[in-house]
Amino acid sequence: MRTTNTRTKNRRTKKTHRGKMFAALLFALSAFAALTGCSSKTAPTDGASSAAPPAEDAAPVSEAIPEGESLPASEAPVAESELKALEITNVSYDPTRELYAAYNEIFAKHWKEKTGQDVTVTQSHGGSGKQARSVLEGNEADVVTLALEQDINELVTGGLIESGWVGEFPKNSAPYTSTIVFLVRKDNPKSIKDWDDIVKPGIEIITPDPKTSGGARWNFLAAWGFALDLYQGDEEKTTQFLKDLYGNVTVLDSGARGSTTTFVENGQGDVLLAWENEAFLSLLEHPDDFEIVTPSISILAQPSVAVVDEVVDKRGTREVAAAYLEFLYSDEAQFLEGQNFYRPSNPDILAGFADTFDLNLKLVNIDDDFGGWTAATAKFFADDAIFDQIYKQ
Amino acid sequence: MGRVKAKGIIPGFGISMGITVSMLSLIVLIPLISVFLNMRGMTFAEFWHVITDKQLVSAYKISLGCSALAASINAVFGVLLAWILTRYQFPGRRLLDGFIELPFALPTAVAGIALTTLYSDKGWVGSLFARAGIKISYTPAGITIAMIFIGIPFVVRSVQPVLEKIDPKCEEAAAMLGAGKSRTFFKVILPEIFPAALTGFGLAFARSIGEYGSVVFIAGNIPYKTQIAPVLIVSKLEQFNYAAATSIALIMILFAFILLFGLNLIQARIVARSGGGE
Amino acid sequence: MEKAVKGALIAAGAAFIFIMLILPLATVIVYAFRQGLETFWQAVSEPYTLKALQLTLLTTVIALIVNTVFGIAASWAITRYHFKGRGLLTTLIDIPFSISPVIAGLTFILVFGRIGWAYPFLQAHDIKIVFAVPGIVLATIFVTFPFVSREMIPLMQSRGTDEEEAAALMGASWFTIYRKITFPHIKWSLLYGIILCTARAMGEFGAVSVVSGHLRGKTNTLPLHVEILFNEFHLTQAFAVSGILVVIAVIVLIVRNIVEYKLEKGDER
Repeated sequence: MRTTNTRTKNRRTKKTHRGKMFAALLFALSAFAALTGCSSKTAPTDGASSAAPPAEDAAPVSEAIPEGESLPASEAPVAESELKALEITNVSYDPTRELYAAYNEIFAKHWKEKTGQDVTVTQSHGGSGKQARSVLEGNEADVVTLALEQDINELVTGGLIESGWVGEFPKNSAPYTSTIVFLVRKDNPKSIKDWDDIVKPGIEIITPDPKTSGGARWNFLAAWGFALDLYQGDEEKTTQFLKDLYGNVTVLDSGARGSTTTFVENGQGDVLLAWENEAFLSLLEHPDDFEIVTPSISILAQPSVAVVDEVVDKRGTREVAAAYLEFLYSDEAQFLEGQNFYRPSNPDILAGFADTFDLNLKLVNIDDDFGGWTAATAKFFADDAIFDQIYKQ
Repeated sequence: MGRVKAKGIIPGFGISMGITVSMLSLIVLIPLISVFLNMRGMTFAEFWHVITDKQLVSAYKISLGCSALAASINAVFGVLLAWILTRYQFPGRRLLDGFIELPFALPTAVAGIALTTLYSDKGWVGSLFARAGIKISYTPAGITIAMIFIGIPFVVRSVQPVLEKIDPKCEEAAAMLGAGKSRTFFKVILPEIFPAALTGFGLAFARSIGEYGSVVFIAGNIPYKTQIAPVLIVSKLEQFNYAAATSIALIMILFAFILLFGLNLIQARIVARSGGGE
Repeated sequence: MEKAVKGALIAAGAAFIFIMLILPLATVIVYAFRQGLETFWQAVSEPYTLKALQLTLLTTVIALIVNTVFGIAASWAITRYHFKGRGLLTTLIDIPFSISPVIAGLTFILVFGRIGWAYPFLQAHDIKIVFAVPGIVLATIFVTFPFVSREMIPLMQSRGTDEEEAAALMGASWFTIYRKITFPHIKWSLLYGIILCTARAMGEFGAVSVVSGHLRGKTNTLPLHVEILFNEFHLTQAFAVSGILVVIAVIVLIVRNIVEYKLEKGDER
């Protein structure tokens, strides 16, 4: 009696087992079919203007179609304008997110007032070189706002941007600038004042690797600028200076943010070489633990902006994309940039931030002192160039 | 117990093989081949120059050395953990069991940052070692620790099911014949779980060689000292040099492939020798 | 004596887990709550975080299904039949493990990206794969590809094929053989494989990062969102968001325990 009972039970569980497995298989197959199928489904629609399916599970399809993207509810614009809402993508580097999050709002307002059209800007952030590469590889950016002119030049080489982009916007297409400063521990225990203090034996330096972090190339060049001035143009001595400097580097992180963590959170090193705006962000996070020291000579770091011609022509967004970058030079935007610790390129507005920035700093710049990025890259950062030589044993 | 050529007796060869090969080709092989097609603009001399660069060679050594060490440590502790999880009842066993997969679920960058903090000379564990004058973060020891972390689940989860399936009767029989506990383990159980442990070792090793996200934070990244090979791939990419980046990747894949292939052969031989299912 | 050995082994295992796993986890949690509960909650409930969570879940589920189907097929094909090149096939399946995540992402870029060979075709048909969700799903499938099969192969190999052969000789169909003979033996491996795959799919960062394009609210998975927060000097928030992943991992653990319990009960009958 009992045995039959268990047996039927057993059979039942087995049956459900089979049912479950079958269901799972079916589900799997349909999912797979959906995944591969969506590509063929989008094919006939051609021209992406058909209404995007809003369903969440059809995400792969809707991704292929720029319009009708569902943004997080809080930021979705009220779509009541008679004009079609615009959407552009700004591929930028870290850590400009907060700057652009605020800027996108004032730009949207400006654009709405000017044209009556809504515009939303999708942001993308990452390492500058990596971001440039993603655009080169097909990430459709209407505008790029990157840390290095060189990264944008790679997009010119790749055929995405027409050469001559540097002249398209004022100030070499650099609406805001920054520089390289020292972040030291509170009260400056090692009394670090200038570049020649940090090459002394026993000082531990934290800076990112210029080979993996484009932004870190400014750090190297700033030190070079100082030493070349100190040794009155003697490159051999300057190289030795840099050799001593990198000899004091105890952790050469792959990116600027990694270096900051190493210095700030893990307590390594005596001095961090950092972008001025990033040093301020660290101060903001830990107001009582650090100080910023501005050396006597540093470099004018110019993050560059450009319209990506190939993408805006394809998407028909050239006008708004250009306006987006143009508006970065407006007083309102310049002020915002200053608030986010970038140096506004408009001297009048910059003067208003005299309390924040050391404006007496002597700045070398990439074009006059290094002959532009292409030359500087070849001389310092290409394989087996000066930076590699410094580490050769 | 003579082994019959099984093909043709057990049904399902066509469909299972078909699914296997087509999915493998679509998802793994075709994309991979594309990577290496990308190198076709390179001459062999250029390729050779890239892959024998001194800095890179020292990075291979660090990557391989630390991975091998990490995988060995994982193999030992993996077998141990699998053993206590399957054979002993103790409070917190299920909890312990559940922790095993965590290294996978945590984004590698987070794991890297957490480990670096923990093992730096200001961290909870690192400060203890710092008192003895030992630095962990930013040294090869730190790299090894990060690699151990990401490889933990492999060995445990490979060995565990095998241990669960071993017939306790075998052990009982061995014990009745007078074999001591340790003898039973080494003569009866170890041979049984060895192939699985070897698989786990190989996978942990392969994964560590290529790992970037978690290791890069804890490695000091100083050329010739604490720089791992994947960093140099990133460095080539930063220069938009895809061909050089893929050359380095090819070498690393070759290392791993030879290793895994070797392990698979050994494993197959062991299984064949033991007669496949007693 | 035996007790002492047992105690020592458990202590050693527990110590290893404590130092290698629990302490790092504790570090994450301490950081996540460093600026108080409110910051934590804000970071976790931000719309972009939720959007990233959605994408992560979608990706994980698809990767899981695809890899389970593949795992069952591959482990069966490899262990139940003798054919030339079996070792090679097994090793090829393992390849995704040994590929640096950076390169894993690059593989899809070099096929579907602007510099890839399939790009003209995709453009002509207005299909987007990389820098969109399909690319993220593909990259995730790629890195988790071997998990399920790899868990099952060693066990199925060591068990041999005698039982299946016998059943086949009696005329049983593939499905019957699998369900009645193979499955009961390998269910644990299958379960572990599925769980490993889930965990890895959720946490995958490197490869996905390359194909994502980091478009906020569109192609950001949770791990990518974490990295972005980190890069924006929001370390606390970054760790808070990682906390979500830990919570999902714990949920998976609970589900697993339930499944295990049911299977064990099934065994006892």
